[in-house]
Amino acid sequence: MDKQNEGYVIVDGVKTPIDGKKNLLEVIRASGVDLPTFCYHSELSVYGACRMCIAEIEGRGIQPTCSTPPVDGMVVHTNTETTMRIRRMALELMLANHHGNCQTCDKNTHCRLQELAERLGVKKIRFEDKADDVLPIDNANQSIVRDPNKCILCGDCVRMCKEVQGIGVLDFAGRGSNARVTPAFGKPLNKVECVFCGQCASICPTGALTVKTQIDEVWNAIHDKDKTVIVQIAPAVRAALAMEYGLGHGEQAMAKAITALRRIGFDKVYDTSFTADLTTVEEATEFLGRVAKGEKLPQFTSCCPAWVKFAEQFYSDYLPNLSTCKSPQQMFGTLVKKHLSEELSVPRENIFVVSVMPCTAKKFEAKRPEFSVNGDPDVNVVLSSQELIKMIGQAGLQLRELPPGSMDLPFGFKTGAGVIFGASGGVAEAVLRLAAGGEGNNGQNLQFQEVRGLEGIKEASVMLGDKELKLAVVSGLANARTILEKIKSGEAYYDIVEVMACRGGCIGGGGQPLPNDMPAREIRKEMLYDCDAVQSLHNAADNPYVKECYEKLLEKPNSHIAHELLHTAYCARRRIDGEPVELTPVQAEEKIPVSVCIGTNCYLRGSYDTLKQLIELSKKAGIADKLDFKATFCFEKCMQSPNVQVGDKIHGGITPDKVEEFFNLTIKPLVESEATKVEA
Amino acid sequence: MTPVTNIKSPQELAELKQKALAAIENGCTRVLVCGGTGCMANGAPAVFEAIQKEMEKQGVKIKVDLLDESKEDAVRLGYSGCPGFCQVGPIVRILPSDTFYIKVSPEDAAEIVEKTVKNGELVTRLLYTEEATGEIFAKRNDIPFYRNQVNIVLAECGIIEPEDIRDYIAKDGYRAAAEALFGLTSDAVITEITESGLRGRGGGGFPTGVKWGFTRKAQNAKKYIVCNADEGDPGAFMDESVMEGNPHALLEGMIIAGYAIGADEGYIYVRAEYPLAIKRLKTAIAQAEAANLLGNNILGGPFSFNIHIKEGAGAFVCGEETALIASIEGQRGMPRPKPPFPANSGLWGKPTVVNNVETFANVPKIILNGAQWFRGFGVEKSPGTKVFAITGAVKNTGLIEVPMGTTLGDVVFKIGGGLRTGRDFKAVQIGGPSGGCLTKEHLDLPLDYDSLKAVGAMVGSGGLVVTDEDTCMVEFARFFMQFTQKESCGKCVLCREGTKRMLEILTKIVEGRAKLEDIDLLEEVATAVRDGSLCGLGKTAPNPVLSTLRHFRDEYLAHVVDGKCPAGECQSFKTYIINPEKCKGCGLCAKKCPAGAISGELRQPHTIDPEKCIKCGVCYDVCRLGAVEL
Repeated sequence: MDKQNEGYVIVDGVKTPIDGKKNLLEVIRASGVDLPTFCYHSELSVYGACRMCIAEIEGRGIQPTCSTPPVDGMVVHTNTETTMRIRRMALELMLANHHGNCQTCDKNTHCRLQELAERLGVKKIRFEDKADDVLPIDNANQSIVRDPNKCILCGDCVRMCKEVQGIGVLDFAGRGSNARVTPAFGKPLNKVECVFCGQCASICPTGALTVKTQIDEVWNAIHDKDKTVIVQIAPAVRAALAMEYGLGHGEQAMAKAITALRRIGFDKVYDTSFTADLTTVEEATEFLGRVAKGEKLPQFTSCCPAWVKFAEQFYSDYLPNLSTCKSPQQMFGTLVKKHLSEELSVPRENIFVVSVMPCTAKKFEAKRPEFSVNGDPDVNVVLSSQELIKMIGQAGLQLRELPPGSMDLPFGFKTGAGVIFGASGGVAEAVLRLAAGGEGNNGQNLQFQEVRGLEGIKEASVMLGDKELKLAVVSGLANARTILEKIKSGEAYYDIVEVMACRGGCIGGGGQPLPNDMPAREIRKEMLYDCDAVQSLHNAADNPYVKECYEKLLEKPNSHIAHELLHTAYCARRRIDGEPVELTPVQAEEKIPVSVCIGTNCYLRGSYDTLKQLIELSKKAGIADKLDFKATFCFEKCMQSPNVQVGDKIHGGITPDKVEEFFNLTIKPLVESEATKVEA
Repeated sequence: MTPVTNIKSPQELAELKQKALAAIENGCTRVLVCGGTGCMANGAPAVFEAIQKEMEKQGVKIKVDLLDESKEDAVRLGYSGCPGFCQVGPIVRILPSDTFYIKVSPEDAAEIVEKTVKNGELVTRLLYTEEATGEIFAKRNDIPFYRNQVNIVLAECGIIEPEDIRDYIAKDGYRAAAEALFGLTSDAVITEITESGLRGRGGGGFPTGVKWGFTRKAQNAKKYIVCNADEGDPGAFMDESVMEGNPHALLEGMIIAGYAIGADEGYIYVRAEYPLAIKRLKTAIAQAEAANLLGNNILGGPFSFNIHIKEGAGAFVCGEETALIASIEGQRGMPRPKPPFPANSGLWGKPTVVNNVETFANVPKIILNGAQWFRGFGVEKSPGTKVFAITGAVKNTGLIEVPMGTTLGDVVFKIGGGLRTGRDFKAVQIGGPSGGCLTKEHLDLPLDYDSLKAVGAMVGSGGLVVTDEDTCMVEFARFFMQFTQKESCGKCVLCREGTKRMLEILTKIVEGRAKLEDIDLLEEVATAVRDGSLCGLGKTAPNPVLSTLRHFRDEYLAHVVDGKCPAGECQSFKTYIINPEKCKGCGLCAKKCPAGAISGELRQPHTIDPEKCIKCGVCYDVCRLGAVEL
């Protein structure tokens, strides 16, 4: 019998069953004592650094309870003189080193440090003033602000990024009191492999990682008389609003929010669920096309911009497998600017599209250059759910008291299929409803329970006519990595894979209000399925305004015009910005630059050997002094790796076995022709 | 040198031993130049070269290869490991007479060769002379520094040539491994080590046999042996000396440990600052592999064991076993909470034994001589010997090995020779920056794990820093805090922030800026850091503060309340004045003062502006008339 999972622990005299809990902290919490922590989260590995959850265990002394397995018969005291003294000291030490003025901090009233200082009664900091060396704040990207001066080094973001998202953008550097959490080489987040999912900001207990605020840009647009300001609200936002304002139902919260948005001054209020329906139709058609041709399967979903960037950086081989559909946010931007500028005769640049998203990566997505026309973005500003709540507060609106409002048409009309996009499995289910039910199964609520829920990897197989469809639904990018590696190795086969970067899908997006932990996501998920239940339609193909859209503008799914407006393309993307490494000393004489990429993709296909061989060959041929060799880090052409740039032309596929041929046919003649030019 | 290759059985090993031993003990003269890092840095290579040249010049046949039969009667010249007495290096030792020459320079070579090597005469001026009595000692073992030591771990250091495996084999090297692998079950090995009472020499003092037993019981096809050679205490070089002077002993200990727990792979985690140790270990591994004493099917038997060297970057915290494991794995060297212990989940999640160099070096001796023999040294709960690195204000600094339980007084006065400075003994810091201080009242304290723990200190890895009454204990604590603060990994709050704040308060005290409540705050932080930190480094980091507060609280109070440093060490409390009666107005002090604080007319008494004075003491040093007074 495994004693660690059964029996009882005596917590402050109270007999508490272990009940399968994996650590003592969970047992203590079950007994009714909320031992504080900064660094313990049930979904992350145990770190044991904050020293807040310590307790006195009889016979074992003072131990952190997060890393102690409970044992039957253990006697634990949580609030002894020593444990309270240590906890307070740890907190006082953290505060002594914490730069930041609570009143102006973005995490004010949501800050764990602030909360615990109050709770534990730490009222005075007895140490010398904070270090006056203020570290630079990283706010160069669209999504996340990183203020290392507020960091308490709990490592939550580090583990979140590494363990849940499988990336590892952030890690520790430096020792002792110089220890810092930082991206590689101290670069800003927009110069490294960050996908801007914002999960780090969700888990950060202080103001060290926060969602970038763009509220003022929206106010400016609203105050600008020339602008027609449009807002779209993503499906998952309604669940966040319902929780934040203590309203039981997502649709109720949404209806009140519509009134609030109108009163704030938005000219039109629309629902992103509408373009989610449109996405379903486009994506399902695309998928059926691929199945018919039997090519580029599995098809991966492309609604999640963090996943798209992840794929572009780490799995460029699979970019042809990504659905070419734009995300609902971007489809909306394109359509609404085109439609309204024509309908209202307003110049495109005077239509200002705001989206309210549960997401921080959407801020990045909106800035992708392909999503703008002559420099005018399809979506002007993306607000997170957090920012919308702040904006409602800034306007002084008492959301709970507001009467319900309704969305503007046509882009405010949705089916339940569009709403469930906000939960992991929702996109897959929407596609399945369409594929399985076809058009016109009105009111018939097809449910696919096997793809629902917060588990990171869900698999299902569904009969589509006489063909069995294999699906995977993945949330959390580390899980995406796992699935992709399985697909790569041939261990698994799927026809369609839905990927959402955040665990549980958009309901747990990095822009959602705090707490944004798994229990909160569970509640939001249920709310979305409740929203689906109260809709009259559940199949995207039945959305009358989607149909109208095709009739008036798009002709039919995947038509030429639909492709032009609603589809996009992807490109391999470098993970880190860096200067090329000079390998041959530069001399005054004109040399032909030869750069070999040693980024991961090229490296894995032998580019390092390619480089070595090229240098060897040039020495043998006696032209080494005519060439300037450099090792570079990414030409963003990973699909044709290894890449070699000679002069200004990039040559792909120069694997080690092709180097000699390439050298003789490309580099040598070039050197010779240059030589004759010089002579002439 | 012809390599030793492919020894096929324990029998062949025994034969080789006899051959090598006969070649060594053939009565011919042997010249050993100390090849430890200290002597090497002090000019040993030049001494070696000079002796070699002199021997050639004077027609002395030199034997390089131990088993070179054509040179039966030749003199063998080589480098030995460190004999410990670093204070008097470079050391040259001549056998079989056991003549011990100290502070040898290349100019002495001709005389050494002429007199001692060729004619067996002594060069008296190169012998060790006891300062107090004037007594001259010709033989190593008569010198008081050595006379009071018992060498088990260091027994072969300074006698064998570490880069020749045959020297080690001649001294029964690898016989213990052969006996264990071919004559004992794994359990029997663990029982022997458990019964010997050997405890981890890295500082914790955990019973080695028990640790091995846990790891043996852990269910896993793959297990690891890790040697912690990340010796990080400032001034400590016990492990370095073993690796440089007798690397095969470490390898043999690891092989036996591997056999005992069922591991086939071992790592030695050694800091890159030990290039000589790394070089000698690499040589030793290559030789042992060639000799079939390491690798697949050792000595033709079924057991296989491979050893890798992992060079660390020298972080102090990587001496903590979980941080060390993380570092081998290529992760940032940060400790993690235990459980799980490495015995269950260590290197790459596999059951792992982590022991330090000295612990492993004891193992072959225990297997050869038995647990009871080992228990004959030391005290009941801490059997065996301990190597200490003694430094500071004592006469004899260097490396010493004494039975556990030897009193502090014996170490400082009998072996260390008392204080070099002529001042009174004040305290000794034992166990490095994580240890604690012992004072006059502890001179009769036996140095063993439990006695030290009882007084709030620890054996640690074995550093001993002796101070005299001119040392300010607040500054002393500050010195160690500076070290731990820099070396904290920065993971847990209490150690990262606590060491920073303790250092800050200590600095305030020595600079005369502290208030009385700062002492209380210092003690409060120190206690919290001790009680609540994650790893051993954090838990012990406040020891210098807590033990000086316990024994020298009045010194702290003197700084804060009276504005004085009783030891006269802290600059901030010094006031320099010029005695107008003595000053002749030469102006030298004014010229040298870096702060421009001294003024005065030529040939008139000068004065120091206390506002400008930075208390550097230059004026005090340069005044020929003693007119600058404190």
